[in-house]
Amino acid sequence: MVLRLEARREPSTLMVFASPAIAVVTTLVVGAALFTLLGYDGIGAVMKIFVEPLFNPYRWQDLLVKAAPLAMIALGLSIGFRANVWNIGAEGQYVVGGLAGTGVALLTYEMSGYWILPAMILAGILGGMAYAAVPAVLKTRFSVNEILSSLMLNYVALQLLYYLTRGPWKDPEGFNFPQTVLFTDWQTLPKVVPGTLIHLGVPIAGVLALVIWFLVVRTVAGFQMRVFGMAPMAARYGGFQESRTVWTAMLIGGGLAGLAGVLEAAGPFGQMTPGFPTGYGYTAIIVAFLGRLHPFGILMAALVLALTYVGGESAQTAIRLPSAAVGVFQAMMLFFLLAADVLVRYRVVNRTTARSQRVSSEPATRNTERAA
Amino acid sequence: MLPRIELLGITKRFPGVLANDAISFAVQPGEIHALLGENGAGKSTLVKIIYGVLQADSGQITFDGREAQVGSPREARALGIGMVFQHFSLFEAMTVLENIALGMDHPPARRQLEAEVRRVLDSYNLALDPHRDVHTLSVGERQRIEIVRALLQKPKLLIMDEPTSVLTPQEVEELFKTLRQLASEGCSILYISHKLEEIKALCDRATIMRGGRVVATCDPAKETARSMAEMMIGGNLKDIEGRDGRTVGQVRFTVENLSVPGEPPFGTSLNDISFEVSAGEIFGIAGVAGNGQNELLAALSGEQRRGMRGRIVIDGRDITDTGVTGRRRAGLSSVPEERNGHAAVPGMSLAENAILSARTRKALAAKGLLRRSAAREFASSVISAFSVKATGARGMAGSLSGGNLQKYVMGREIMQEPAVLLVAQPTWGVDAGAASFIRQAMVDLAASGSAIVLISQDLDELLALSDRIAVINEGHLSAAMDIATVSIEELGLLMGGVHGKKKPASAAPAEGITHHGA
Repeated sequence: MVLRLEARREPSTLMVFASPAIAVVTTLVVGAALFTLLGYDGIGAVMKIFVEPLFNPYRWQDLLVKAAPLAMIALGLSIGFRANVWNIGAEGQYVVGGLAGTGVALLTYEMSGYWILPAMILAGILGGMAYAAVPAVLKTRFSVNEILSSLMLNYVALQLLYYLTRGPWKDPEGFNFPQTVLFTDWQTLPKVVPGTLIHLGVPIAGVLALVIWFLVVRTVAGFQMRVFGMAPMAARYGGFQESRTVWTAMLIGGGLAGLAGVLEAAGPFGQMTPGFPTGYGYTAIIVAFLGRLHPFGILMAALVLALTYVGGESAQTAIRLPSAAVGVFQAMMLFFLLAADVLVRYRVVNRTTARSQRVSSEPATRNTERAA
Repeated sequence: MLPRIELLGITKRFPGVLANDAISFAVQPGEIHALLGENGAGKSTLVKIIYGVLQADSGQITFDGREAQVGSPREARALGIGMVFQHFSLFEAMTVLENIALGMDHPPARRQLEAEVRRVLDSYNLALDPHRDVHTLSVGERQRIEIVRALLQKPKLLIMDEPTSVLTPQEVEELFKTLRQLASEGCSILYISHKLEEIKALCDRATIMRGGRVVATCDPAKETARSMAEMMIGGNLKDIEGRDGRTVGQVRFTVENLSVPGEPPFGTSLNDISFEVSAGEIFGIAGVAGNGQNELLAALSGEQRRGMRGRIVIDGRDITDTGVTGRRRAGLSSVPEERNGHAAVPGMSLAENAILSARTRKALAAKGLLRRSAAREFASSVISAFSVKATGARGMAGSLSGGNLQKYVMGREIMQEPAVLLVAQPTWGVDAGAASFIRQAMVDLAASGSAIVLISQDLDELLALSDRIAVINEGHLSAAMDIATVSIEELGLLMGGVHGKKKPASAAPAEGITHHGA
């Protein structure tokens, strides 16, 4: 038996949906095997990370809270990815968004009013956009590859965070811990379900999915993005400008990452600390692709990746899995997804059987030809 | 006499198509044998099987009387089969000699190779300098590299795949001389083409394919181009109506001193191009591929405006400084040469492809929102008016055949009732039925008062449709000539880069050789 890839005549619709599922299942199997080989309880790890949180109602709210920022960032990135604009800098835009919101919070610390939280959110969105504008300028003016520039700016954002929390923004009464003051009630995201962790960011992520869906499917701007991604020459022929596409993609991606940042700061964190970035900006890339760049797929994928965060925490304590294990599982998922995507355009055939079929059908075709 | 190659019942099936259905024919030693058929008739598949690129599902090939298993191109070359592909595989930045060496299975030492190359060049009278860089060569010269490559293997059968589609008439004559000499030395030639006049002039016998089958074998000298065309398409050819007696109105489209720098490294710069086209007129632009046709279309449509100088006026309105959308609004439509990925997005539905270029003139988008039902309606009307074979407005553009997609693209532009239509290679790779439909549609559009600019490499098409014709060569456009008085020789010389009528005809190829050595 020799397995071989054969091009399909048309991309398989079934595989478009099946390949994320294949990727998740393969990740579980290979992950279990890998950690068993490393001397851990591999099956236990998979159960702990991917299965247990699902059967523990108390963990569901955790899932939603982790999924919300992932979904928000991924929704923004998906717009750019559709247009072949590769913004890898969501992590930095998320951090700068959080910092911008924190800046407003520190300025309004002594004040009260319902306007404060919206002002912080606005600042967060603008902060993320401004940070994404840097690679956009470099790309449109100087043709600098946005993958590199946006990625490198992530490290700049981290240093900015460290400087602010250890320097000018450090809480004077915080026993020299590198963190800001705790936000006031006016500056904290309200809970939508009282008595749980579920904050306003969760429904916002759901609404954003609808908005992004509308933008992609129903507007000229979304159309432009899709055409640029599929056929750049046709986009120019259609009268669309590349620089505008890059700008739209970067600003939406940066804006939503910034929004996710400020909501995290004003929600679960309630202050700014050096531990603020948790890799959401990178994980969201996996979310976007696992969700097939489709808004509703992204919501689903965000929940799957949120599992790895929630389950990963308990696996660390329960079976002493290293914290890097979560990253390994996430990376495997993207890896297997990209691999499984081959099946959208190709199918696996067994070469030996294909050949024997051909041999056996040969006399038959000859006979029919003669008959004809 | 044993045939050089004989095919018996060659059958090849791809998923969903029977590309070759029990093909049988033979080519004699020293014979120039035409393989004739429309796109999709199965010619390429058959040739790939002979050259070992593909394997037949069933059937048998005999070469010089012995059964042959051609498992790969290397085995084909070992048997004595050479092939010159339609698309050359050459490295632009390397010399002729380096390119030849790279294409060989066992290249000899450099000096020895050069001696062999020079011998082949001399004995077939081919003008080519082995030390020139490929990017400085004309298309005809590049083809000679491929021919030399094939001849170095001393083939007994040479396959030529659509060799003349990129050549000037003079270059075609040169090529035919070489092929006739080869044949007189006993080499068989399998000549693939759909250009009937050439086949009549060159070939001893023709095998005609349609729908994967051999439908006829004939002596081209005894047939007319029309009778062969009808065998090829399996029906009667329709004449274009309304070509004669057109009335030309006032000027609708003026281009003055247009210059655009070429994209580095190998793009062609446009140099001081001026012409005007009137209502009801078809203005033809002839030229060998790569002489600035794509650049001209992109500059006129507004897709490439960087560094542009000059003036473009439509119906008295200066549109020089407007972009694609503004020019469309002013009444300019364009159809670029490449359908897939330029004029249309293969992965989108026909309705979405309607939005791509018709959204301003047909109001398929308003206030930033797509009007999807209006787009579907417009797409459906194009599909029915241009008899596009498609599953409907929701069907994917990429699922259409070349001819049908081209009909759709042409219909989409024509039904926007443009003041000016720019078209490049409208019937390139399109079946004969669709091609005559498209030509008729252009004639009808002109009759309704539009001005049409037709850029094509197909001289027959240009002569059949245009009222006036000019030639583009290395980014220069010649003066416009009346179609009634122009001669093919004159066009050919202009295409080859000879400007002005005083220079002797032989100047064209000579220029090429002396360049380096002198």
